[in-house]
Order: sequence, then structure tokens, then C-alpha cells
Amino acid sequence: MSTMPSGFQRAEPQTPGAFLSRPEYAEVSREVRPAPPRYRNEIGKYSVHRASHCASCGRCVETCRFGVYVRPDGYLHVMRPFDYRCIGFGCKDTGSYCIDACPNGALKLSVNPAAETMGDHRWTPDLLMSTWAMAETGRPPGKHLECEVGGSGGGFDRLRFRFPDSPPPGLRREDISTRLPLNRRGDSRPGITIDVPWYGGGMSFGSTNIRALLGKARVAKAFNGFTCTGEGGYPERFIPYKDHVITQVATGLFGVREETIQRAPIVEFKYAQGAKPGLGGHLLGDKNTPSVAAMRETVQGVSLFSPFPFHSVYSVEDHKKHLDWIAHVNPRALLSAKVSTPVDVDMVAVGIYYAGGHIVHLDGSYGGTGAAPNVAKKNIAMPIEYAIGRVHQFLADEGIRDQVTVIASGGVRTPSDVAKAIALGADGCVIGTAELVALGCIRCTACESGRGCARGIATTDDELLEMVRIDWATQRLVNLYTAWQRMLVDLLYRLGLDSVSALRGRTDLLTHLDYENEP
Amino acid sequence: MPPKYVIHHTTAKPRFRPVGKLGIVDWREDCSSCHNCVKRGCVYRLYRDEADTLRDEVGYLDYIYQCKGCLNCVQNCTKNILTRVVNPEYRRLGDSHYTPDLILSTWYQAETGKIPVSGSGYGGPFSGPGFDSMWTDMSEIVRPTRDGIHGREYISTSVDIGRKLPHLAFAEGRLKVDPPPLMETPLPVIFDQIPRHWNRGEVVTAVTTAAAEIGTLTVLCEADFRETEASIRGHGIPLLATPGASATQPGGSAPLVMVPDGPDVMAAQAVLKADHPARIVAIRIPAAPSVAGRVADLVREGADVIHLAFDSHGRERDSAQPRHMRDVLRDTHTTLVRQGNRDEVTLIASGGIAAAEHVAKAIICGADLVAIDVPLMLALECRLCGECERGQLCPIALEEIDAEFGVRRIVNLMSAWHSQLLEMLGAMGIREVRRLRGETGRCMFFEDLERDTFGRLFGKRKS
Repeated sequence: MSTMPSGFQRAEPQTPGAFLSRPEYAEVSREVRPAPPRYRNEIGKYSVHRASHCASCGRCVETCRFGVYVRPDGYLHVMRPFDYRCIGFGCKDTGSYCIDACPNGALKLSVNPAAETMGDHRWTPDLLMSTWAMAETGRPPGKHLECEVGGSGGGFDRLRFRFPDSPPPGLRREDISTRLPLNRRGDSRPGITIDVPWYGGGMSFGSTNIRALLGKARVAKAFNGFTCTGEGGYPERFIPYKDHVITQVATGLFGVREETIQRAPIVEFKYAQGAKPGLGGHLLGDKNTPSVAAMRETVQGVSLFSPFPFHSVYSVEDHKKHLDWIAHVNPRALLSAKVSTPVDVDMVAVGIYYAGGHIVHLDGSYGGTGAAPNVAKKNIAMPIEYAIGRVHQFLADEGIRDQVTVIASGGVRTPSDVAKAIALGADGCVIGTAELVALGCIRCTACESGRGCARGIATTDDELLEMVRIDWATQRLVNLYTAWQRMLVDLLYRLGLDSVSALRGRTDLLTHLDYENEP
Repeated sequence: MPPKYVIHHTTAKPRFRPVGKLGIVDWREDCSSCHNCVKRGCVYRLYRDEADTLRDEVGYLDYIYQCKGCLNCVQNCTKNILTRVVNPEYRRLGDSHYTPDLILSTWYQAETGKIPVSGSGYGGPFSGPGFDSMWTDMSEIVRPTRDGIHGREYISTSVDIGRKLPHLAFAEGRLKVDPPPLMETPLPVIFDQIPRHWNRGEVVTAVTTAAAEIGTLTVLCEADFRETEASIRGHGIPLLATPGASATQPGGSAPLVMVPDGPDVMAAQAVLKADHPARIVAIRIPAAPSVAGRVADLVREGADVIHLAFDSHGRERDSAQPRHMRDVLRDTHTTLVRQGNRDEVTLIASGGIAAAEHVAKAIICGADLVAIDVPLMLALECRLCGECERGQLCPIALEEIDAEFGVRRIVNLMSAWHSQLLEMLGAMGIREVRRLRGETGRCMFFEDLERDTFGRLFGKRKS
């Protein structure tokens, strides 16, 4: 299996009990540190081939500024090129072009054919590679990668920002706020505010490697944000991060107990999910291992299909009854309802508010991380880009827009997507796939089959679990969040806004490439 | 309550190794023969299976393209000698409508009978032409929903074929009118006539037997109708060569007969019904640009069933700028609704129905049911290479196909489609497919969403 880069020691302690007894292990720093890929040959856009007549003169090491060539101290030979860091043919004009610098002509640059086979319309190879670069370095990726839009030909991928000629004088990047308050009802419940306008989406224990889930929980703690249990129950190992973990109540009700409700600062009702709107959760039998079965109180090896919908909810009144139930079990929790995007999504959102919800979480139809029938992913419910504006406008018309937090998810891949969603009318976003990509997901879409994800992310297989380490996962996500925050601040600066909340609903700052943009 | 309609599936392995998408290429001369070979670590045992296969392989070696594409071996190889490629043969499969992905998905369904499932969201384009520019709705909180395939609730996929009365009339407590004959199929999918170049060996027998097994119907040319045993059991629809056909022609006692449209088609219908009053006549019309008017006329004159035949991509025929079935069906349906007799006629749509989602979408646009042909051939492993049309040898030897195997593959495909239809109906909160017809309130069209969302903000959409 994979080798772990040096510098990452196994997280101690290993057992949940030991973990709980040493709270200092739950401390997470927001500091950026290099988190190199966990594979020996990371895939980049370009390949550098070094021929056998290389004389190891080291000129390339001196020339390249991008870390492609490394000669460790005391060594004669230059290591094999880290060509995934190469910025390609555009380097020719930068003065750092190794190909021209090599006195023996031993280096050859070409486009990496494997890179082009990765990804899809929504997550292009460039988006995957730029996410990996951010997760490794904590910085925005180089200009050789398109890191803002994918190639789907619609929605976020055709929206662009309209920047003023120059930012207002006096605006400084360090003064720009990315904080997002989640409780706008002004009720007796806590006024929770998160540091960046996004948090981690629900992925269940059973679908995803517990180490990846812990990485998500730890970055949530580092960034004063949240992650969500998904529907598979509340693993004990989440307890050190409980102030940053949302307990999800989904139709399967796996692991929903009084103590897991009382532990959570936010409780989320999952009515539907973007990956499979109108369908319940799927966990195929192979992934239902003994530990998963124990958590879900089911039989090992049996495929689990959660019902759709909640059979106790057939009206807004029933929905209110549900929220009341949670509100009484945990008087300090904020209430969130995660819904997908049907025709009447605006009515659903209003219903959530009147039932007492603090957060309306809209999950658009093209997102999701879990296993889902292809027919549902492609065809059922509307993409999130349409739903945000409708809900925002409808809530505004009802006069309740400022009493509820609207969170968008389902196809939010980049900080640019976050900003566009907010400009369309959301308050913030939930991300899922982007975090998994940071941990090495290549979107081969075989998460559900057999032993699960071959990359060790969406799996419960004992051997495959070993491929991911908690502190490596944490650092990758810390780096990703840092890069995203930096890019978001930069974007706000260029737009001349002093906070992310000032961007909400600013559709005047957007243009659409397929429209004449003259309303 | 009638028993739940279930299509049983049994695995039917392909006769030929399917064309795969991804493969791994290695530069073996650089291999250092180290002891950590990544090939041993393949999670999917691809290399091990490949070695086993190599021993038995005969003929063309396409073994490397069964890769699932996890990139573990490429990224872990000590010498970095492996790379991943897309199979050029995969890229050449099919065409812009029957895409390589769709063909592979159909093969999978025909082999397993299961719904294709995958992880990590949808990776396709935002929208596309035809049916790709509509989304079906789902119910949430405020409307009752249905449980889909895993639930206990019964979702009916039956549809009726035949003329229906606008209303019933009673006299002295008894029915005063004579209801016209109706046929019911348990699935809103019938099998269309198999084009000549595919009509070889046991293909038609397999198609009609599969139709009989799942209770649906097959359109057959006259010669096939005579020869195919299954048609006797009432699952074959003879397509008569000319509209002026008389009841004495082949097709004799068939309860449902199809005739091509023509100037005297209503007279032909009358003749066909004269001998057999319980017979239903379907009129097959090529979907040309003014077809809605023609359908409206025929329905006014008393047509039972109209079969609109689109081209193989689901577009209008004989048009410089052909509209997609999506728009033509909506147009036709709306015309009939305005005319006040939509409920009296059965509309069948065929051509370009390539996946389960198209069935639901065609019905939403106004068809009662659909007819398919190409997917049946895909189920029989066809690669749409077109060699047969050029008179060349079929690479999958379609003429040698065993009827029993063909039946299994087609039944499996229909089982998978049926399950997917249930999933979509369940998500929409609809309990029977009859209620889905013309129900555009349970779907969203790309142009409407764009206009309401972005049109409001950004003005006119560029053409």
C-alpha cells in the first residue's frame, strides 16, 4: 500500500478511551505546514523526463523555482523530478525553465497523458490538481491550473465576477471578515459564529474512513467550524471535537440517541440529499462491517437502504413536531434542516423557518459524495445555482430573510463557487467532495463497490483504512481551508467588500457568459 | 390488490469481453523487477485476473481495459513506469446520442439487471440537448412521497393501449355505451420493430420471447409475425406493410395491429376492425414537423392508438432544424388537450429512447408509453459499430446468439429500467405511471429555470 511522507508520525493514542483521557491530543493548530501527497508519483499536468545522459550537475536545482528538482544535502544525485509541481511550457518566459538550462539537453517536458484521463465535466483535471496543490501547500495554486471553474458548461461554471476598477482606498485585506453567524433568530439559543463561510458536510461512519472523518472533525475545530456525522451514528472518537460536530438525524435514525442529540451544538434533520434527491441513503452490504453494524445496530453484511422520506413527516406541522422534539431534548442546539431542491424549494425553506429552524441547508442535485443511482444523480431535482436565488428572494419577500441562515451545497468545489453562491443569495456553503479530493480522491466514482474506495477514503476495509493517517488528513484540510480563505479574502478585496456578509445577494457583481448581461 | 409486478433478473455474463474505458500502460523496459510490485496490490485483482485471462485468451487482446481507474498502481510504482490511458476503442463506441458511457451502462444493466450506482456526485455536463435539459421533481416535507423500490408501497407501472371513452353513459342503471377494447402492459415500454440489419439469427425470437416473459409487446414485420411463436401468445403486434391492408392479410387474429399512416388510413382501420371488433389499431406516423396537426386530425376521426416514430436520436424527421421529441410530444399533447380528446387516444413514442430516464421524461412530455429498439440491441452486446449496415461481419456475431441468452439480457435490462422508473416515480411522489403522462408540473425545464433565475438577473440569453 501507500507510503506516508516523512514527518507525519502516527497519531497517538490509538484507542478511543486513551484518546478521551488526553484532551491535548484533540488540540489542532491552524498553522500551515507542507503536507506532501501520500503517493510516490503524484499526478501533475506535465511530465518531466530525465534522460540517462544527465550528468547530475545540479543546474536544474538552481534554475527551477517550483520545487521540481531536489538534491538533499550531502547527496550527489538529484532526486527524480517532482514533476507534478511543474508549471509547464509557460515557464519558458520566467527565467526558471530547466529544459533550456540543462547543459546536456537531458530534460524533456511533455503533457502528462494520465492527467487528462482524470476527473469529469464538473471536476476537471485542473480542479483536482489545484485542490491537491492547495492541500499540500496552503497557498493558491499556480496560474497554470484553472482553479476557479470546471467544464460543465452551466451554472457556476458560466458565472463570473464583475470587479470594480480598483478597490476602495483604505480597504485592507487583513480587515476583511469571513465570519458567518449561524443563529439569526434572536432566540434564547447560542449565537454561534464560524470563522469561514463554509463547513464540512455529513459523511457517515460506514461510508467513509474514520480517519478521514476525524481529519474533517479536527479541521472543523481548527477553523472554529463544523463537520457533520452523516446518518451513520456518532462515533465515540468524535467526542473530543463535540463542539464542532453536527449530529444528523436522518430517516434511518442510525445512532440517534438522547446523548448524541444533547452533545451537539447543531442538530441537522436530513430530509433529502443532493446525491439522491427523493431517495434514502444507501450503504451496500460489503461496507457494513462489524463496527459499522454495531454503530448502526444492524446485521453485518446487510445492505442498508434508508427509507425516504421520514414517514412521520407529511406536512409542515409534522416537520415542526420533529424540530420541537429535538429542541426539547437539547435546549441549546441550533436546528438545521437539510433539504434538496424540488420545484417548490422556496416553500420548503419558508416551512423550515416557521417550524423553528435556524439553518436552511439546500443540497443541490449535482453534488454529494455517497453512493447513489446514476439516474437520480443526473435527473432528479434542480442544480443548486437555481435554488439559491429562488429561496433568497422568497424569504426576502416573506420578510424573514434576516432571521434565517441559508446554506448551499451540492457542487461547491472552489472558493470561487462559495463566493458565487453567496452572491446569488446564500449565507454560506457546505463542502464535501472538495475535502475528499484534498485527501487524494480522484473521483473514480467506485466508492460503493466491494471493499470500498481503493484510495482508502470512502471505505471501512481494515487494510484500506491504513492508507490515510489522521494528522496527515488534518494538515491537508487545514492547508486547503487556509488557501480557500486566502482566495476568498482576495476576491472580496478585489470586489471592494469588507466582509463576506456584504456579498450576500449581490447579484449585481455577477455576470453570466451565456447572457447579454443587460437586464 | 394484484400481486406486485416484479421483473426477475439473473446474471447473464457477456459472450464477448466488453470494451472497457480505462487501461494501464507500462514501459516494461524500465521495470526494475523490484519486490514491491504494485501490480500485486491491485484492490480489484485486475493484474491477477489478467494473468489468468492471458492464459486462456483467444483472438484479440483487450484485457487491459477492465481497469477501474483508481490510479493506485500508477502512483505507487517505484520506477513510475505506469500510466493510465482511455481506450481508443471506447471513445469510438456509439455516437453523440448513444454515448460510450450510456452503452457501457446498458451492458451493465443487461448483465446484472441492477440499477447502475456510483459515488461522488454527478460528473456530467450541466445540461444538454433534448431530455438532458429537463429535471424531474421530487417531493419534500410538504407533499406525500413514495417509497420507491425498497419500500412497501405499491407503485404501478401499467398503462393501457387503445381508444378510451370520453365518459361513460348509463341508462336504467346499466352501462349504455360499449367500452372499446383495451390492452394493458405492465410496463410503459414496448419493443419496436428490429431494423433489418439487426434482424438475424435468433434476435427477433429473443426479443419477442423477452416481451412475452415480462408481459409487454413487440412490433413485428409481417414475415416475423408469422414465424415467431411468441406472437401467437398475443405479445406480437404485426406492422402491416401498407395502410390499405385488409384483415385477411397476415396478422389475422392479432388483438393489436399497427399500420403505417397514409391518406386512407382511417378506412384501413375500419376494415381491420370490421372482422375483429375487439381489435385495436395503431397508426404509425413518422414524426415530421407538422405532426401535431396530423395527430389531432386522426384522433378526431377516431384513431385508437398513434405511434410517433422519431429518428434514432429522438428528433423530428425531414426537417432542416429538427426539434427533439421532448418538444414535439409536448406540442402534440397540448394540441390534443386543447382539442379536448387527449384522454381518448394512446400515444406511443419511439426513437432515441436510450435509458430509463428517457421513459419517464417522454411520458412527462405527453406520451403514454414508449417503444425501444436500439437499447435491445445494446443488451445483446451490440457496439453500434455499423459494420452490419455495410454488409460486414458482426464483431459480436449477432447471428449466432442463443435465444435464451438474449432473453435473459433483455429481461435484465428491463428489470433495471423498471427499478429506475420506480425510483423516479417514488421521488416524484407519484403512485402510478398513468398519472405521470403530461404531468409537466413534476419536472423542470432548463429554459424555464434559466429564464426565472438568470434571465431575471442578466437579461436575454445569447442564442
